[in-house]
Amino acid sequence: MARLLAAFLMVLGVAAAAPLLAQEEQSTAPYAYRQLDDPAKEEKAQALMESLRCLQCQGQSIADSDAPIAGSMRSLVRERIEAGEDPEAIRSWLIERYGDYVSYAPRITGLTWPLFAVPVALLLLAFLLLRRRFGGNPEQGGGA
Amino acid sequence: MTETNAAKPRRWVIWLPLVLFLGFVVLVMFGLFRPADRNVASQLVGKPMPQFSLPPALPGRPGLDSKLLTNGKPHLVNIFASWCVPCRVEAPQLEALAKAGVPIEGISVRDTTEALQGFLEENGDPYQRIGADDDGQVQLALGSSGVPETYVIDGKGKIVYQHIGEIRPEQLGLIMNKLQEASE
Repeated sequence: MARLLAAFLMVLGVAAAAPLLAQEEQSTAPYAYRQLDDPAKEEKAQALMESLRCLQCQGQSIADSDAPIAGSMRSLVRERIEAGEDPEAIRSWLIERYGDYVSYAPRITGLTWPLFAVPVALLLLAFLLLRRRFGGNPEQGGGA
Repeated sequence: MTETNAAKPRRWVIWLPLVLFLGFVVLVMFGLFRPADRNVASQLVGKPMPQFSLPPALPGRPGLDSKLLTNGKPHLVNIFASWCVPCRVEAPQLEALAKAGVPIEGISVRDTTEALQGFLEENGDPYQRIGADDDGQVQLALGSSGVPETYVIDGKGKIVYQHIGEIRPEQLGLIMNKLQEASE
């Protein structure tokens, strides 16, 4: 029990020491933690931020992440939306720099088209096979 | 009659779905257990450095303008911060490069003047100029996803190489080679 307590205290100690090690400043970017005044624009920005990956904590979107770089990215998104830029243009700007990885919205490219084509092809194949097995009268079934 | 004739030569076919499925499982396992590369490389390697102009990070020292990178000589652009632990690890290597006459320009990310001064006093100051990227926007424009990162820029301002993470002692040769390539 005493050991368990000691371990627990150690964990607490480490947790308390961690902020001392990480002194990264939150960015001075204005819109990291501030919403846009126009609710319609903020909604647009929010939708885009939810589909962009935080580059540091890579399982999270920049809308969810508290990492400073995510704050910088949120501010980038909000400032550009405020300036009237199209959300997809902002996404492309980021993809130009970080590759497809930064976006959670899949794109159809030379590499990814089979992901979209295969399900359609399988459904079509299943439909044809099932029609041959169960479809209509024998003459039709033989012909298919 | 015709059915048995047709079925005989094709008996192996009934195993085909299982084989395909096992192949799929192997593929998934391979992808699942292969150590993933968590580095996000900048897509700008081979392209011109984006235009930027950063204010000085330290009083009395120059800031960093991207125009300076097109003066015909190759440069290192080092993205760093005082709060970044691996940046301390690479400080001696940067010092060695600076001593060898390599122009090193710094971009300090989300930092404060006091913290930066302390860091440079402790770890040495190999930088010709340090631009303060306090809001992190130039870091994003460069396609950099962390600190430290070091870009090798050729004399025309084109990004030749991006080094992700600290420059370790055994990587000095690699950096010198990239600089050599950049000056050709």
